[in-house]
Amino acid sequence: MIGVPTVALGLLLYLLLSKSGPLGIFGLLYSPLAISIGQALLITPILISFTSSALEATDIELRNLARTLGASKLQTYLAIVKEALWGVNLAIIASFNRAFAELGIAMMLGGNIRYVTRVLTTSIALETARGEISFSIALGIILMAIVFSITVFINYLRRE
Amino acid sequence: MSSNIIIENVTKIYDNIKALNSITLNFEANRVISLIGVNGSGKTTLLRILAGLEEATKGCVEFHNKRIKAQDLRQISTLVFQKAIMFNSNVQNNVAFGLKIRNFDPKEIERRTNQALSTVRLHGFHKRKSKKLSTGEQQRVALARAFVIEPKILLLDEPTSNLDPTNAVIIEDAIKKMREKNGCTIILATHNLHQARRLSNKIVHIHFGKVLETAKPEDFFENPGNKITKKFINGDLQF
Repeated sequence: MIGVPTVALGLLLYLLLSKSGPLGIFGLLYSPLAISIGQALLITPILISFTSSALEATDIELRNLARTLGASKLQTYLAIVKEALWGVNLAIIASFNRAFAELGIAMMLGGNIRYVTRVLTTSIALETARGEISFSIALGIILMAIVFSITVFINYLRRE
Repeated sequence: MSSNIIIENVTKIYDNIKALNSITLNFEANRVISLIGVNGSGKTTLLRILAGLEEATKGCVEFHNKRIKAQDLRQISTLVFQKAIMFNSNVQNNVAFGLKIRNFDPKEIERRTNQALSTVRLHGFHKRKSKKLSTGEQQRVALARAFVIEPKILLLDEPTSNLDPTNAVIIEDAIKKMREKNGCTIILATHNLHQARRLSNKIVHIHFGKVLETAKPEDFFENPGNKITKKFINGDLQF
């Protein structure tokens, strides 16, 4: 599910949320909520996969260490999650970047409506189509800067 | 002397292999008991059962003459592993782990942590990253982490193997202090016969899952009753 094409997921959700679709009665299509639902579905497999890999990568004896020091099941679980925190952070960064830089779902479910569902990626697509290349490049730089800044910030927090 | 902990006919089977075969042992309170034997004899398995990390296939563990479950054993005993495992944090947080999960008062945590670190001669190491310490220092942190919770049964799985003599002596001194201070039962698995002789009140020889001999150190080394034990002490054991 990690590599699911965003356009395919967008199309599926479009069919579900459109007025004639099974979820059409909620009127969610072309709303920010529709984009959020699509992005959440898109990143869930990434979050689960990266987080479970991080948890599995912790030393198996850590669990026994926590237990032999008297930890309950919940305390043991929390201790292991804490140990895998960097891996969990990585899952969050990867998921955020995937959602933030995604175009297909935002375009299909949001409709790129100005001041409502227009986001950075859909703006870049629109401006490029209109021939406003320099404006597109500027928006692209902003997109990259945000993604890069968040990654650097999370890395800083990890070191601290 | 009151029996602190009793192993009653304990058998442990892994994939049709008997790691422990109907073992019965008494461990008295306020004593150091050494488990000795060749690799794979079942010492670690026995410690893990006493630590509540493994369930016996047959038999039971009794504490003060009452059968005790693994989850309850984990509240009264703690195991120091052969290879020290550190949480990814500083020394202070590693040592205080068992106290924090028991919701101890911060002042008491500080007092006990300072005391335990002094016992293992790591005073002033509080803020050091545990995973960046040497193997010997990490093992001393592991010992301090066990000391602070003041267990009734302290289980040590070859705590000084792969350590230099200085660290080994520090750990042995700390074990002695722990017994004098807390009066807990200390069960030590070791390959070091000299260490077993120095530290123990009783020595148990385990061979392929069975107890061959149990004796006071002087009797154990001077007059071993079992032929295999005699060969093991002399380094002549072939198998």
